[in-house]
Order: sequence, then structure tokens, then C-alpha cells
Amino acid sequence: MKVAVLTFPGSNCDYDLYKAVQQVGADPTFVWHRERGLSGYEAVVLPGGFSYGDYLRPGAIARLSPIMEDVIGFARDGGPVLGICNGFQILCEVGLLPGALVRNESIRFSSKDVHLRVERADTLFTTGYVAGQVLRVPIAHGDGNYEADEETLDRLEAEGRVVFRYTDERGAATTEANPNGSHRNIAGIVNEAGNVLGMMPHPERAMEDVLGSTDGIGLFQSLMTSLSGATG
Amino acid sequence: MKDFRIEVLVRPRPGLLDPQGKAVHHALNSLGWDGVEDVRIGKAIYLDLKAGSEAEARELAEAMCRKLLANPVTEDYEISAVAEAAAAGEVGS
Repeated sequence: MKVAVLTFPGSNCDYDLYKAVQQVGADPTFVWHRERGLSGYEAVVLPGGFSYGDYLRPGAIARLSPIMEDVIGFARDGGPVLGICNGFQILCEVGLLPGALVRNESIRFSSKDVHLRVERADTLFTTGYVAGQVLRVPIAHGDGNYEADEETLDRLEAEGRVVFRYTDERGAATTEANPNGSHRNIAGIVNEAGNVLGMMPHPERAMEDVLGSTDGIGLFQSLMTSLSGATG
Repeated sequence: MKDFRIEVLVRPRPGLLDPQGKAVHHALNSLGWDGVEDVRIGKAIYLDLKAGSEAEARELAEAMCRKLLANPVTEDYEISAVAEAAAAGEVGS
């Protein structure tokens, strides 16, 4: 399974993501943001980092990269697209996901492990989990505060498009467990068709015991399973 | 074509939490300015461009705001000044 790992100037989780994709048996390739064409790939992943130094707004410049036109086409054709951290911000800026990520409520960059509740275990990205399962995964961001108007938030909830929520270790979505002020503790959402996932936490940093958690493996495995099921 | 300098103000939308503004608000209060009731922090963007007329310059800037300079989910924008280059010294410097 060929997976495109996009890289932008300022991406810094690209190698982690590459390794995570490799770890579950897929075949990653770095695709520079100025390249064109995504044919032959079965999934596209957008890494975390600080593309273009977060100038203007996180993701605002990166979404104008040549490759993003192909990402839009790939997503419209139903191809799985995963954006993590800055990747999530770029997907919102380019309009593949609703809402925006703004400055953390604390105004601080926050780098720590958080707990996430899996809200949907039936998306392309989460079949390896069970609904309600609580994961421990790191976050590392200054602009992870999910913002959208009430109508959009209600629609996301009604359509079951909130995939991950910040919770405490027992799975309660409390204010204290919310690391950045996100509306309704939202940590990850999918688009209407369910093939584009954006999330602030870093599953690619929770892939080995030595990293403190292996809870991220399930996400990459899910993607692998969904794709091998779809093609084979 | 004439040279124009345009000032664009981009601010957090009303109702959107502005943690930066809140921190500065507290700081001002702690310095004794008790009368400060709210602080919102946005940004100013200065554009130098060529256009046939002031109206056209403004139109171009509007399009830039919609397409890139402001995020409609979180920010409002305002073209706060448009000046021909000869008078541009009065805008943003």
C-alpha cells in the first residue's frame, strides 16, 4: 500500500509519520509540496510541524502549495487523507474540513500526553479501536483550539463526525481534560464522506513502548486494514 | 496605473475568545488602568500595489482578504485605509 507523506517547508513530524506508516507494513514516500500528482497512492498523510513558520495563520500559506490541488482531488475521489497537527490546520484552511484551529486558550505551547476518547470506531482510520476506548497520545501545539460556529458544531455532532475527544483517563470530557480550549473537547473530526480525518494529537508519536505509549498504532493499522479490504 | 498603499485590519470575530487580548487586559489592569473593560488583539497588514483607481485598489484588497488574509471562521477584516503613493506616508508609517 503506497502512502504519500507530504512535506512542506517547516514540516517536522514527517519522519515520525513515515516511520509509523512503515511500521504497519505500508510503503511510504515523501512527496514535496511543490510536486504534482498523487496517482498511484492509496492514502495521503499531512504531517505536523510549522509549515511556512505559521506565518499569517497556521496552514494558511501551505494550503496554497501546488500539491494541495491534488490533495483536494484525491479527497473528492474518496481517497483517505489524514492530517495531524499542522496537517489538520492545513486541511481546515484548504476547506476539506470545517472550522479552524486558533491559539490555545492558555496562550502557551502545550507539549504533553493527553487522553482521547474514541467516539467513532467505524471510520477508515479507527476500526482498530472500540468506541469509548480511551487512548493516551501526545499533543504538541500552540494553536490547537478547535473553533467553529454553533451550527457547524451541532452538525458535526449530529452526523457523528467527531472522532476523538479530549477526556480524562476515565473517558470523561471535562474542562480540565481539555488542553487547549477546543469547543466540546474536540480533538479530531472527519469530513462528511468520512475519508478525511484531521486531528491535533500525534498518534505517530505513540507507536512504541519506549515512546511511552503504543496507542497510536491502532490508527495506522486501521487505515491499512481499510485499504487492503478496499483493494483486495 | 497608480501606486496605492492599503491598510487592512484583521481582528478576532466578536464572541471568539482572544486569550492574547485577555492577558493584555489583565496586564493593563494590573498597571492601574482599571477602566479598561476589554482588549482584543488583531493584526494590521500593509499592501503596496498598483491599481487603476482607488475603488479598484479597494476591490483587490477585498478579494485578497476573502481569499487569504483573513479566515472567515475566526476573523473579521476591514480595509481601513487606501491612499495613493504620494500620500502613502500617512498610512501605516
